[in-house]
Amino acid sequence: MTTSYEIEPKKSKILHALEDKDTSAQFTDPLENEMILNMGPQHPATHGVLRLLIKLDGETVAAVVPELGYLHRGYEKLAENCSYHEFIPHTDRLDYISPLMNNTAYILAVEKLLGVEAPRRAQFIRVIISELARISSHLLAVGALGLDIGAVTVFMWTFREREKLYDIFEDLTGARFTTSYTRIGGISQDMTDDTRKSIQDFVNRFPANLAECESLLNRNRIFVERTDGVGVITREQAIAMGFSGPNLRGSGVEHDLRRSNPYLVYDELDFEIPVIPDGDCLARYYVRINEMKESLRIVQQALDKIPSGPVQAFEPKKVLPQKERVYTKMEELIHDFMIINFGVNPPAGEVYHAIEGSKGELGFYIQSRGEGHPWRLKIRSPSFMNLQLLPLLLKGRMISDVVAIIGSIDPVMGEADK
Amino acid sequence: MPIPVAEKIRSRFLSSLIDVKEFRDETTLYIKREDIVAVCAFLRDDEECKFDYLSDLCGADAYTPENRFEVIYNLYSLKNRQRLRLKIFTDESDIHVPSVTSVWPGAAWPEREAYDMFGIVFDGNSDLRRMYMPEEFEYFPLRKDFPLMGIPDSIPLPRK
Repeated sequence: MTTSYEIEPKKSKILHALEDKDTSAQFTDPLENEMILNMGPQHPATHGVLRLLIKLDGETVAAVVPELGYLHRGYEKLAENCSYHEFIPHTDRLDYISPLMNNTAYILAVEKLLGVEAPRRAQFIRVIISELARISSHLLAVGALGLDIGAVTVFMWTFREREKLYDIFEDLTGARFTTSYTRIGGISQDMTDDTRKSIQDFVNRFPANLAECESLLNRNRIFVERTDGVGVITREQAIAMGFSGPNLRGSGVEHDLRRSNPYLVYDELDFEIPVIPDGDCLARYYVRINEMKESLRIVQQALDKIPSGPVQAFEPKKVLPQKERVYTKMEELIHDFMIINFGVNPPAGEVYHAIEGSKGELGFYIQSRGEGHPWRLKIRSPSFMNLQLLPLLLKGRMISDVVAIIGSIDPVMGEADK
Repeated sequence: MPIPVAEKIRSRFLSSLIDVKEFRDETTLYIKREDIVAVCAFLRDDEECKFDYLSDLCGADAYTPENRFEVIYNLYSLKNRQRLRLKIFTDESDIHVPSVTSVWPGAAWPEREAYDMFGIVFDGNSDLRRMYMPEEFEYFPLRKDFPLMGIPDSIPLPRK
Protein backbone atom coordinates (compact mmCIF):
# COMPACT_ATOMS: atom_id res chain seq x y z
CA MET A 1 0.00 0.00 0.00
CA THR A 2 1.34 3.36 -0.99
CA THR A 3 0.24 6.42 0.86
CA SER A 4 0.24 8.66 -2.20
CA TYR A 5 -3.09 9.40 -3.83
CA GLU A 6 -2.86 7.17 -6.81
CA ILE A 7 -5.99 7.59 -8.88
CA GLU A 8 -5.86 4.68 -11.26
CA PRO A 9 -3.53 1.75 -11.20
CA LYS A 10 -1.03 1.65 -14.07
CA LYS A 11 -2.29 2.37 -17.55
CA SER A 12 -5.54 4.02 -18.39
CA LYS A 13 -6.13 5.51 -21.78
CA ILE A 14 -8.71 7.93 -20.45
CA LEU A 15 -6.15 9.53 -18.18
CA HIS A 16 -3.69 9.60 -21.04
CA ALA A 17 -6.13 11.59 -23.10
CA LEU A 18 -6.62 13.97 -20.23
CA GLU A 19 -2.98 14.50 -19.49
CA ASP A 20 -1.76 14.27 -23.04
CA LYS A 21 1.37 12.55 -21.79
CA ASP A 22 2.52 9.48 -19.93
CA THR A 23 1.32 9.95 -16.41
CA SER A 24 0.63 8.16 -13.20
CA ALA A 25 -1.24 11.15 -11.73
CA GLN A 26 0.14 11.26 -8.25
CA PHE A 27 -0.43 13.98 -5.75
CA THR A 28 2.23 13.86 -3.09
CA ASP A 29 1.96 17.55 -2.31
CA PRO A 30 -1.44 18.50 -0.86
CA LEU A 31 -1.00 22.07 -2.08
CA GLU A 32 -0.51 20.90 -5.65
CA ASN A 33 -2.74 23.00 -7.88
CA GLU A 34 -3.98 20.49 -10.36
CA MET A 35 -6.23 17.67 -9.39
CA ILE A 36 -8.34 15.23 -11.31
CA LEU A 37 -11.97 14.94 -10.38
CA ASN A 38 -13.99 11.96 -11.43
CA MET A 39 -17.61 12.98 -11.91
CA GLY A 40 -20.07 10.20 -12.51
CA PRO A 41 -21.18 7.75 -13.80
CA GLN A 42 -23.40 7.80 -10.70
CA HIS A 43 -23.98 11.49 -10.28
CA PRO A 44 -27.39 13.18 -10.16
CA ALA A 45 -26.34 16.15 -12.27
CA THR A 46 -25.01 14.13 -15.18
CA HIS A 47 -28.54 13.14 -16.26
CA GLY A 48 -27.84 9.45 -16.34
CA VAL A 49 -24.60 7.60 -16.51
CA LEU A 50 -22.30 10.14 -18.07
CA ARG A 51 -18.80 10.04 -16.65
CA LEU A 52 -16.53 13.04 -16.82
CA LEU A 53 -12.90 13.20 -15.89
CA ILE A 54 -12.19 16.78 -15.05
CA LYS A 55 -8.73 18.23 -14.58
CA LEU A 56 -8.99 21.16 -12.24
CA ASP A 57 -6.60 23.98 -11.67
CA GLY A 58 -7.93 25.38 -8.44
CA GLU A 59 -11.60 25.83 -9.29
CA THR A 60 -11.04 26.31 -12.99
CA VAL A 61 -11.59 23.47 -15.42
CA ALA A 62 -8.39 22.85 -17.35
CA ALA A 63 -9.52 19.85 -19.40
CA VAL A 64 -12.41 17.42 -19.59
CA VAL A 65 -12.71 13.97 -21.03
CA PRO A 66 -16.24 12.54 -21.24
CA GLU A 67 -16.48 8.79 -21.03
CA LEU A 68 -19.51 7.10 -22.53
CA GLY A 69 -20.72 3.55 -22.72
CA TYR A 70 -22.13 2.85 -19.27
CA LEU A 71 -25.57 2.36 -20.78
CA HIS A 72 -24.43 0.70 -24.00
CA ARG A 73 -26.86 -2.09 -24.77
CA GLY A 74 -25.86 -2.74 -28.36
CA TYR A 75 -29.12 -1.78 -30.03
CA GLU A 76 -27.50 -1.61 -33.44
CA LYS A 77 -26.41 -5.22 -33.11
CA LEU A 78 -29.85 -6.22 -31.83
CA ALA A 79 -31.49 -4.46 -34.77
CA GLU A 80 -29.58 -6.65 -37.20
CA ASN A 81 -31.17 -9.65 -35.57
CA CYS A 82 -34.79 -8.63 -35.27
CA SER A 83 -37.46 -7.85 -37.80
CA TYR A 84 -38.45 -4.28 -38.57
CA HIS A 85 -41.51 -4.56 -36.36
CA GLU A 86 -39.63 -6.14 -33.50
CA PHE A 87 -37.29 -3.19 -33.25
CA ILE A 88 -40.05 -0.66 -32.49
CA PRO A 89 -40.11 -1.37 -28.71
CA HIS A 90 -36.33 -0.97 -28.61
CA THR A 91 -36.63 2.58 -29.89
CA ASP A 92 -38.60 3.49 -26.74
CA ARG A 93 -35.50 2.85 -24.76
CA LEU A 94 -33.21 5.16 -26.69
CA ASP A 95 -34.35 8.60 -25.62
CA TYR A 96 -36.58 7.47 -22.79
CA ILE A 97 -37.77 11.03 -22.15
CA SER A 98 -39.62 11.22 -25.46
CA PRO A 99 -40.24 7.65 -26.65
CA LEU A 100 -43.08 8.62 -28.97
CA MET A 101 -40.69 10.73 -31.00
CA ASN A 102 -38.26 7.84 -31.42
CA ASN A 103 -41.11 5.59 -32.55
CA THR A 104 -42.02 8.15 -35.18
CA ALA A 105 -38.44 8.71 -36.32
CA TYR A 106 -37.73 5.02 -36.72
CA ILE A 107 -40.96 4.20 -38.48
CA LEU A 108 -40.54 7.06 -40.96
CA ALA A 109 -37.15 5.67 -41.95
CA VAL A 110 -38.61 2.19 -42.40
CA GLU A 111 -41.54 3.55 -44.39
CA LYS A 112 -39.19 5.44 -46.63
CA LEU A 113 -37.28 2.23 -47.23
CA LEU A 114 -40.48 0.29 -47.92
CA GLY A 115 -42.14 3.00 -49.97
CA VAL A 116 -45.24 2.99 -47.77
CA GLU A 117 -47.07 6.09 -46.68
CA ALA A 118 -49.36 6.28 -43.67
CA PRO A 119 -52.89 7.66 -44.09
CA ARG A 120 -53.40 11.32 -43.31
CA ARG A 121 -55.11 10.77 -39.99
CA ALA A 122 -52.16 8.69 -38.78
CA GLN A 123 -49.77 11.40 -39.93
CA PHE A 124 -51.64 14.03 -37.95
CA ILE A 125 -51.65 11.82 -34.89
CA ARG A 126 -47.91 11.31 -35.31
CA VAL A 127 -47.42 15.07 -35.41
CA ILE A 128 -49.49 15.45 -32.24
CA ILE A 129 -47.61 12.79 -30.32
CA SER A 130 -44.23 14.10 -31.51
CA GLU A 131 -45.03 17.58 -30.31
CA LEU A 132 -46.41 16.37 -27.00
CA ALA A 133 -43.24 14.34 -26.57
CA ARG A 134 -41.18 17.42 -27.37
CA ILE A 135 -43.04 19.38 -24.69
CA SER A 136 -42.48 16.57 -22.21
CA SER A 137 -38.78 16.42 -23.03
CA HIS A 138 -38.25 20.18 -22.88
CA LEU A 139 -40.12 20.34 -19.58
CA LEU A 140 -37.68 17.87 -18.15
CA ALA A 141 -34.73 19.75 -19.63
CA VAL A 142 -35.88 23.05 -18.15
CA GLY A 143 -36.81 21.53 -14.80
CA ALA A 144 -33.59 19.59 -14.47
CA LEU A 145 -31.52 22.61 -15.44
CA GLY A 146 -33.25 24.53 -12.66
CA LEU A 147 -32.72 21.68 -10.22
CA ASP A 148 -29.04 21.43 -11.06
CA ILE A 149 -28.38 25.06 -10.29
CA GLY A 150 -30.52 25.36 -7.22
CA ALA A 151 -34.09 26.17 -8.29
CA VAL A 152 -35.77 23.04 -6.98
CA THR A 153 -39.38 24.16 -7.16
CA VAL A 154 -39.47 24.50 -10.92
CA PHE A 155 -38.52 20.84 -11.23
CA MET A 156 -41.60 19.87 -9.22
CA TRP A 157 -43.82 22.13 -11.27
CA THR A 158 -42.60 20.87 -14.62
CA PHE A 159 -43.09 17.33 -13.40
CA ARG A 160 -46.67 18.18 -12.50
CA GLU A 161 -47.18 19.05 -16.19
CA ARG A 162 -45.32 15.98 -17.38
CA GLU A 163 -47.59 13.84 -15.24
CA LYS A 164 -50.59 15.12 -17.22
CA LEU A 165 -48.79 14.28 -20.43
CA TYR A 166 -48.06 10.78 -19.20
CA ASP A 167 -51.75 10.33 -18.46
CA ILE A 168 -52.50 11.32 -22.05
CA PHE A 169 -49.88 8.90 -23.35
CA GLU A 170 -51.39 6.16 -21.24
CA ASP A 171 -54.83 6.83 -22.68
CA LEU A 172 -53.46 6.92 -26.18
CA THR A 173 -51.00 4.04 -26.22
CA GLY A 174 -51.70 1.95 -23.15
CA ALA A 175 -48.33 2.67 -21.57
CA ARG A 176 -46.81 5.64 -19.85
CA PHE A 177 -43.18 5.13 -20.65
CA THR A 178 -42.60 2.40 -23.20
CA THR A 179 -45.19 3.42 -25.69
CA SER A 180 -44.25 1.50 -28.91
CA TYR A 181 -47.10 3.34 -30.55
CA THR A 182 -46.24 3.49 -34.24
CA ARG A 183 -46.52 0.67 -36.74
CA ILE A 184 -45.34 0.37 -40.31
CA GLY A 185 -47.97 2.20 -42.35
CA GLY A 186 -49.74 3.75 -39.40
CA ILE A 187 -50.17 3.58 -35.66
CA SER A 188 -51.24 0.81 -33.34
CA GLN A 189 -54.64 2.23 -32.37
CA ASP A 190 -56.73 5.23 -33.22
CA MET A 191 -57.09 8.24 -30.97
CA THR A 192 -60.41 8.17 -29.17
CA ASP A 193 -62.59 11.22 -28.62
CA ASP A 194 -61.85 11.10 -24.90
CA THR A 195 -58.13 11.27 -25.53
CA ARG A 196 -58.65 14.08 -27.95
CA LYS A 197 -60.59 15.95 -25.31
CA SER A 198 -57.89 15.45 -22.72
CA ILE A 199 -55.24 16.69 -25.18
CA GLN A 200 -57.40 19.74 -25.90
CA ASP A 201 -57.75 20.27 -22.18
CA PHE A 202 -53.99 20.09 -21.75
CA VAL A 203 -53.47 22.56 -24.60
CA ASN A 204 -55.91 24.99 -23.00
CA ARG A 205 -54.34 24.89 -19.57
CA PHE A 206 -50.67 24.54 -20.39
CA PRO A 207 -49.77 28.16 -21.32
CA ALA A 208 -50.74 29.44 -17.87
CA ASN A 209 -48.83 26.64 -16.17
CA LEU A 210 -45.78 27.20 -18.33
CA ALA A 211 -45.90 30.90 -17.48
CA GLU A 212 -45.85 29.91 -13.82
CA CYS A 213 -42.72 27.81 -14.35
CA GLU A 214 -41.12 30.59 -16.36
CA SER A 215 -41.84 33.15 -13.66
CA LEU A 216 -39.67 31.09 -11.32
CA LEU A 217 -36.67 31.30 -13.62
CA ASN A 218 -36.74 34.20 -16.06
CA ARG A 219 -36.13 36.89 -13.47
CA ASN A 220 -34.48 34.66 -10.92
CA ARG A 221 -31.16 36.35 -10.33
CA ILE A 222 -29.28 33.20 -9.31
CA PHE A 223 -30.54 31.31 -12.33
CA VAL A 224 -29.75 34.10 -14.79
CA GLU A 225 -26.29 34.77 -13.40
CA ARG A 226 -25.36 31.12 -13.52
CA THR A 227 -26.48 30.71 -17.13
CA ASP A 228 -26.00 34.06 -18.84
CA GLY A 229 -22.76 34.07 -20.80
CA VAL A 230 -21.87 30.58 -19.55
CA GLY A 231 -20.89 27.84 -21.98
CA VAL A 232 -20.80 29.98 -25.11
CA ILE A 233 -20.52 28.22 -28.44
CA THR A 234 -20.25 30.15 -31.67
CA ARG A 235 -22.29 29.48 -34.75
CA GLU A 236 -19.31 28.18 -36.76
CA GLN A 237 -18.14 25.84 -34.01
CA ALA A 238 -21.66 24.53 -33.50
CA ILE A 239 -22.03 23.64 -37.19
CA ALA A 240 -18.57 22.12 -37.49
CA MET A 241 -19.08 19.95 -34.43
CA GLY A 242 -22.47 18.62 -35.48
CA PHE A 243 -24.52 20.35 -32.79
CA SER A 244 -28.24 20.07 -33.45
CA GLY A 245 -31.68 20.82 -32.15
CA PRO A 246 -32.42 23.57 -29.61
CA ASN A 247 -28.69 23.76 -28.86
CA LEU A 248 -27.89 24.68 -32.46
CA ARG A 249 -30.72 27.18 -32.62
CA GLY A 250 -29.44 28.68 -29.37
CA SER A 251 -26.28 29.52 -31.32
CA GLY A 252 -28.15 31.44 -33.97
CA VAL A 253 -28.46 28.82 -36.70
CA GLU A 254 -31.94 28.75 -38.13
CA HIS A 255 -32.08 25.06 -38.87
CA ASP A 256 -35.10 22.95 -38.09
CA LEU A 257 -35.83 19.81 -40.08
CA ARG A 258 -39.56 20.36 -39.63
CA ARG A 259 -39.15 23.47 -41.75
CA SER A 260 -36.18 22.76 -43.99
CA ASN A 261 -37.06 19.16 -44.97
CA PRO A 262 -40.71 18.79 -43.95
CA TYR A 263 -41.90 15.30 -43.10
CA LEU A 264 -45.37 14.14 -42.07
CA VAL A 265 -47.72 17.15 -42.45
CA TYR A 266 -45.48 19.85 -41.00
CA ASP A 267 -45.59 21.83 -44.25
CA GLU A 268 -49.33 22.41 -43.73
CA LEU A 269 -48.92 23.78 -40.23
CA ASP A 270 -47.97 27.26 -39.23
CA PHE A 271 -45.23 27.66 -36.62
CA GLU A 272 -42.17 29.73 -35.84
CA ILE A 273 -38.62 28.54 -35.27
CA PRO A 274 -37.17 30.23 -32.19
CA VAL A 275 -33.57 31.26 -32.81
CA ILE A 276 -31.35 33.09 -30.34
CA PRO A 277 -27.84 34.09 -31.42
CA ASP A 278 -26.14 34.24 -27.99
CA GLY A 279 -25.02 30.61 -27.82
CA ASP A 280 -24.94 30.42 -24.03
CA CYS A 281 -26.90 28.34 -21.52
CA LEU A 282 -29.55 31.02 -21.13
CA ALA A 283 -30.12 31.12 -24.89
CA ARG A 284 -30.58 27.35 -24.98
CA TYR A 285 -33.04 27.63 -22.10
CA TYR A 286 -35.08 30.30 -23.89
CA VAL A 287 -35.11 28.34 -27.13
CA ARG A 288 -36.63 25.40 -25.27
CA ILE A 289 -39.26 27.55 -23.57
CA ASN A 290 -40.24 29.15 -26.88
CA GLU A 291 -40.29 25.81 -28.66
CA MET A 292 -42.78 24.48 -26.15
CA LYS A 293 -45.10 27.35 -27.02
CA GLU A 294 -44.69 26.66 -30.72
CA SER A 295 -45.28 22.95 -30.17
CA LEU A 296 -48.50 23.82 -28.44
CA ARG A 297 -49.58 25.84 -31.47
CA ILE A 298 -48.78 22.88 -33.71
CA VAL A 299 -50.80 20.51 -31.52
CA GLN A 300 -53.76 22.92 -31.57
CA GLN A 301 -53.66 23.22 -35.36
CA ALA A 302 -53.31 19.48 -35.79
CA LEU A 303 -56.28 18.89 -33.49
CA ASP A 304 -58.32 21.32 -35.56
CA LYS A 305 -57.31 19.94 -38.92
CA ILE A 306 -57.19 16.23 -38.18
CA PRO A 307 -59.32 14.34 -40.71
CA SER A 308 -61.27 11.20 -40.00
CA GLY A 309 -60.41 7.98 -41.73
CA PRO A 310 -58.25 4.92 -41.31
CA VAL A 311 -55.04 5.02 -39.29
CA GLN A 312 -53.32 2.19 -41.11
CA ALA A 313 -52.37 2.03 -44.76
CA PHE A 314 -53.90 -0.67 -46.93
CA GLU A 315 -50.78 -2.64 -47.73
CA PRO A 316 -51.58 -6.17 -46.58
CA LYS A 317 -48.09 -7.51 -47.15
CA LYS A 318 -46.39 -4.79 -45.16
CA VAL A 319 -48.83 -3.52 -42.56
CA LEU A 320 -49.80 -5.67 -39.60
CA PRO A 321 -53.54 -6.42 -39.70
CA GLN A 322 -55.84 -5.54 -36.81
CA LYS A 323 -56.08 -8.24 -34.15
CA GLU A 324 -59.86 -8.72 -34.47
CA ARG A 325 -59.49 -9.51 -38.13
CA VAL A 326 -56.56 -11.86 -37.54
CA TYR A 327 -58.78 -13.97 -35.31
CA THR A 328 -61.70 -14.08 -37.74
CA LYS A 329 -60.36 -13.78 -41.32
CA MET A 330 -58.18 -16.22 -43.22
CA GLU A 331 -56.28 -13.68 -45.36
CA GLU A 332 -55.33 -11.55 -42.39
CA LEU A 333 -54.21 -14.59 -40.43
CA ILE A 334 -51.86 -15.54 -43.26
CA HIS A 335 -50.45 -12.02 -43.58
CA ASP A 336 -50.01 -11.74 -39.83
CA PHE A 337 -48.12 -15.04 -39.79
CA MET A 338 -45.90 -14.04 -42.70
CA ILE A 339 -45.11 -10.57 -41.36
CA ILE A 340 -44.37 -11.81 -37.85
CA ASN A 341 -42.25 -14.77 -38.93
CA PHE A 342 -40.51 -13.53 -42.05
CA GLY A 343 -40.78 -9.77 -41.83
CA VAL A 344 -41.73 -7.18 -44.37
CA ASN A 345 -38.75 -7.64 -46.75
CA PRO A 346 -38.11 -4.16 -48.14
CA PRO A 347 -36.13 -3.90 -51.38
CA ALA A 348 -32.34 -3.89 -51.21
CA GLY A 349 -31.02 -0.40 -50.71
CA GLU A 350 -30.17 2.16 -48.10
CA VAL A 351 -31.96 5.14 -46.67
CA TYR A 352 -31.28 7.82 -44.11
CA HIS A 353 -34.21 9.64 -42.62
CA ALA A 354 -33.96 12.22 -39.88
CA ILE A 355 -36.59 14.11 -37.94
CA GLU A 356 -36.26 17.07 -35.66
CA GLY A 357 -36.23 15.25 -32.36
CA SER A 358 -36.50 16.91 -29.00
CA LYS A 359 -32.71 16.84 -28.57
CA GLY A 360 -31.81 17.49 -32.19
CA GLU A 361 -31.50 15.62 -35.44
CA LEU A 362 -32.68 12.10 -34.74
CA GLY A 363 -31.86 9.98 -37.75
CA PHE A 364 -31.95 6.34 -38.71
CA TYR A 365 -29.72 4.98 -41.42
CA ILE A 366 -30.87 1.58 -42.64
CA GLN A 367 -29.15 -0.78 -45.06
CA SER A 368 -31.42 -3.46 -46.42
CA ARG A 369 -30.51 -6.55 -48.40
CA GLY A 370 -34.08 -7.51 -49.12
CA GLU A 371 -34.39 -9.60 -45.97
CA GLY A 372 -36.88 -9.34 -43.12
CA HIS A 373 -34.34 -7.68 -40.86
CA PRO A 374 -31.99 -4.77 -41.49
CA TRP A 375 -28.47 -5.57 -42.60
CA ARG A 376 -27.18 -2.52 -40.77
CA LEU A 377 -29.05 0.04 -38.74
CA LYS A 378 -27.31 3.14 -37.47
CA ILE A 379 -28.91 5.49 -35.00
CA ARG A 380 -27.82 9.08 -35.40
CA SER A 381 -28.46 10.12 -31.84
CA PRO A 382 -28.43 13.86 -31.18
CA SER A 383 -27.30 13.50 -27.56
CA PHE A 384 -24.15 11.70 -28.67
CA MET A 385 -23.17 14.46 -31.07
CA ASN A 386 -24.15 17.19 -28.62
CA LEU A 387 -22.06 15.71 -25.83
CA GLN A 388 -19.04 15.88 -28.06
CA LEU A 389 -18.91 19.60 -27.43
CA LEU A 390 -18.58 19.26 -23.66
CA PRO A 391 -14.76 19.57 -23.55
CA LEU A 392 -14.97 22.72 -25.64
CA LEU A 393 -17.80 24.21 -23.58
CA LEU A 394 -16.27 23.44 -20.20
CA LYS A 395 -12.68 24.41 -20.79
CA GLY A 396 -11.73 27.48 -18.79
CA ARG A 397 -15.02 27.60 -16.89
CA MET A 398 -15.48 27.25 -13.15
CA ILE A 399 -16.29 23.91 -11.57
CA SER A 400 -19.76 25.17 -10.61
CA ASP A 401 -20.57 25.82 -14.27
CA VAL A 402 -20.15 22.15 -15.14
CA VAL A 403 -23.62 21.14 -14.00
CA ALA A 404 -25.22 24.20 -15.61
CA ILE A 405 -23.61 23.43 -18.96
CA ILE A 406 -24.49 19.73 -18.88
CA GLY A 407 -28.05 20.63 -17.96
CA SER A 408 -28.30 23.17 -20.75
CA ILE A 409 -27.32 20.78 -23.53
CA ASP A 410 -29.81 18.24 -22.19
CA PRO A 411 -28.20 14.89 -22.92
CA VAL A 412 -30.04 11.61 -22.45
CA MET A 413 -27.64 8.79 -21.98
CA GLY A 414 -29.99 6.09 -23.21
CA GLU A 415 -29.72 7.71 -26.59
CA ALA A 416 -26.06 8.69 -26.45
CA ASP A 417 -24.99 5.18 -25.47
CA LYS A 418 -27.50 3.29 -27.63
CA MET B 1 -33.97 22.42 -57.17
CA PRO B 2 -31.33 19.94 -56.01
CA ILE B 3 -27.73 20.61 -56.93
CA PRO B 4 -26.34 18.00 -59.35
CA VAL B 5 -23.53 17.01 -57.01
CA ALA B 6 -22.60 13.85 -58.88
CA GLU B 7 -21.87 15.86 -62.04
CA LYS B 8 -19.76 18.33 -60.13
CA ILE B 9 -17.71 15.64 -58.45
CA ARG B 10 -17.32 13.77 -61.73
CA SER B 11 -16.01 16.83 -63.51
CA ARG B 12 -13.58 17.66 -60.75
CA PHE B 13 -12.57 14.33 -59.26
CA LEU B 14 -12.94 12.06 -62.28
CA SER B 15 -10.62 9.37 -61.01
CA SER B 16 -12.00 9.42 -57.44
CA LEU B 17 -15.62 8.71 -58.25
CA ILE B 18 -16.24 4.99 -58.52
CA ASP B 19 -20.01 4.84 -58.78
CA VAL B 20 -23.21 6.80 -58.23
CA LYS B 21 -26.38 5.20 -56.90
CA GLU B 22 -29.85 6.61 -56.47
CA PHE B 23 -32.43 5.04 -54.20
CA ARG B 24 -35.57 6.68 -52.83
CA ASP B 25 -34.38 10.11 -53.96
CA GLU B 26 -31.13 9.74 -52.05
CA THR B 27 -27.80 9.98 -53.80
CA THR B 28 -24.86 7.86 -52.77
CA LEU B 29 -21.43 8.58 -54.19
CA TYR B 30 -18.84 5.83 -53.99
CA ILE B 31 -15.46 7.48 -53.52
CA LYS B 32 -11.94 6.11 -53.58
CA ARG B 33 -10.65 5.73 -50.06
CA GLU B 34 -7.49 7.85 -50.55
CA ASP B 35 -9.43 10.83 -51.90
CA ILE B 36 -12.17 11.10 -49.31
CA VAL B 37 -10.62 14.03 -47.43
CA ALA B 38 -10.15 16.07 -50.61
CA VAL B 39 -13.71 15.34 -51.76
CA CYS B 40 -15.15 16.23 -48.35
CA ALA B 41 -13.17 19.47 -48.17
CA PHE B 42 -14.36 20.37 -51.67
CA LEU B 43 -17.99 19.60 -50.84
CA ARG B 44 -17.80 21.66 -47.67
CA ASP B 45 -16.17 24.71 -49.21
CA ASP B 46 -17.69 24.83 -52.69
CA GLU B 47 -20.06 27.78 -52.84
CA GLU B 48 -22.72 25.90 -54.75
CA CYS B 49 -22.65 22.62 -52.81
CA LYS B 50 -21.90 23.83 -49.28
CA PHE B 51 -22.28 20.49 -47.55
CA ASP B 52 -21.10 22.07 -44.33
CA TYR B 53 -22.84 19.81 -41.83
CA LEU B 54 -21.78 16.24 -41.13
CA SER B 55 -24.97 14.57 -39.98
CA ASP B 56 -23.50 11.21 -39.34
CA LEU B 57 -20.57 8.97 -39.97
CA CYS B 58 -20.76 5.24 -39.52
CA GLY B 59 -19.13 1.99 -40.44
CA ALA B 60 -20.73 -1.11 -41.88
CA ASP B 61 -19.66 -4.67 -42.45
CA ALA B 62 -20.62 -5.95 -45.90
CA TYR B 63 -19.09 -9.36 -45.05
CA THR B 64 -17.63 -9.89 -48.50
CA PRO B 65 -14.16 -11.27 -49.25
CA GLU B 66 -13.11 -7.99 -50.83
CA ASN B 67 -13.95 -4.47 -49.70
CA ARG B 68 -15.43 -5.88 -46.55
CA PHE B 69 -15.89 -2.68 -44.57
CA GLU B 70 -17.70 0.47 -45.58
CA VAL B 71 -17.51 3.91 -44.06
CA ILE B 72 -20.59 5.99 -44.73
CA TYR B 73 -20.78 9.77 -44.50
CA ASN B 74 -24.21 11.40 -44.36
CA LEU B 75 -23.76 15.03 -45.26
CA TYR B 76 -26.22 17.87 -45.11
CA SER B 77 -26.16 21.30 -46.65
CA LEU B 78 -27.67 23.94 -44.41
CA LYS B 79 -27.80 26.32 -47.36
CA ASN B 80 -29.44 24.05 -49.93
CA ARG B 81 -31.30 21.85 -47.42
CA GLN B 82 -30.08 18.83 -49.28
CA ARG B 83 -28.57 15.53 -48.23
CA LEU B 84 -25.76 13.54 -49.76
CA ARG B 85 -24.17 10.25 -48.85
CA LEU B 86 -20.57 9.31 -49.48
CA LYS B 87 -19.23 5.82 -49.15
CA ILE B 88 -15.72 4.39 -49.09
CA PHE B 89 -14.53 0.83 -48.82
CA THR B 90 -11.69 -0.78 -46.98
CA ASP B 91 -10.37 -4.31 -46.67
CA GLU B 92 -9.82 -6.40 -43.62
CA SER B 93 -6.12 -6.80 -44.45
CA ASP B 94 -5.56 -3.05 -44.71
CA ILE B 95 -8.16 -1.50 -42.49
CA HIS B 96 -6.96 2.09 -42.57
CA VAL B 97 -8.99 5.04 -43.83
CA PRO B 98 -8.16 8.75 -43.69
CA SER B 99 -9.88 10.70 -40.95
CA VAL B 100 -12.10 13.65 -41.88
CA THR B 101 -11.63 15.41 -38.54
CA SER B 102 -9.62 18.06 -40.39
CA VAL B 103 -12.76 18.89 -42.39
CA TRP B 104 -15.37 18.46 -39.65
CA PRO B 105 -14.01 18.35 -36.09
CA GLY B 106 -17.32 16.77 -35.13
CA ALA B 107 -16.31 13.58 -36.92
CA ALA B 108 -14.04 12.67 -34.01
CA TRP B 109 -16.55 10.76 -31.93
CA PRO B 110 -18.38 9.00 -34.76
CA GLU B 111 -14.98 7.81 -35.99
CA ARG B 112 -14.18 6.53 -32.53
CA GLU B 113 -17.48 4.71 -32.55
CA ALA B 114 -16.75 3.13 -35.94
CA TYR B 115 -13.34 2.08 -34.64
CA ASP B 116 -14.92 0.63 -31.52
CA MET B 117 -17.56 -1.33 -33.39
CA PHE B 118 -15.69 -2.43 -36.51
CA GLY B 119 -11.99 -1.88 -35.85
CA ILE B 120 -11.68 0.58 -38.73
CA VAL B 121 -8.59 2.70 -38.06
CA PHE B 122 -8.95 6.36 -38.96
CA ASP B 123 -5.50 7.78 -39.70
CA GLY B 124 -5.31 11.33 -38.45
CA ASN B 125 -7.84 11.06 -35.63
CA SER B 126 -5.81 12.18 -32.64
CA ASP B 127 -7.91 10.45 -30.01
CA LEU B 128 -8.86 7.09 -31.48
CA ARG B 129 -9.98 5.17 -28.41
CA ARG B 130 -12.90 2.89 -27.84
CA MET B 131 -16.14 4.81 -27.52
CA TYR B 132 -18.48 2.44 -25.69
CA MET B 133 -16.72 -0.83 -24.95
CA PRO B 134 -14.16 -1.20 -22.14
CA GLU B 135 -10.58 -0.38 -23.03
CA GLU B 136 -9.42 -3.97 -22.55
CA PHE B 137 -12.05 -5.42 -24.87
CA GLU B 138 -10.40 -7.24 -27.76
CA TYR B 139 -13.23 -7.76 -30.23
CA PHE B 140 -15.28 -5.57 -32.53
CA PRO B 141 -18.91 -6.26 -31.70
CA LEU B 142 -20.73 -5.02 -34.81
CA ARG B 143 -18.72 -7.20 -37.16
CA LYS B 144 -20.89 -9.89 -38.64
CA ASP B 145 -18.64 -12.67 -37.29
CA PHE B 146 -19.13 -11.49 -33.72
CA PRO B 147 -21.90 -13.60 -32.14
CA LEU B 148 -25.05 -11.89 -30.92
CA MET B 149 -24.74 -13.53 -27.51
CA GLY B 150 -21.24 -12.15 -27.05
CA ILE B 151 -18.07 -14.02 -26.20
CA PRO B 152 -17.82 -15.48 -22.68
CA ASP B 153 -15.20 -13.88 -20.44
CA SER B 154 -14.43 -11.17 -22.97
CA ILE B 155 -15.53 -8.42 -20.58
CA PRO B 156 -13.74 -8.41 -17.23
CA LEU B 157 -16.16 -8.30 -14.33
CA PRO B 158 -15.27 -6.83 -10.97
CA ARG B 159 -13.76 -9.32 -8.55
CA LYS B 160 -15.60 -10.02 -5.32
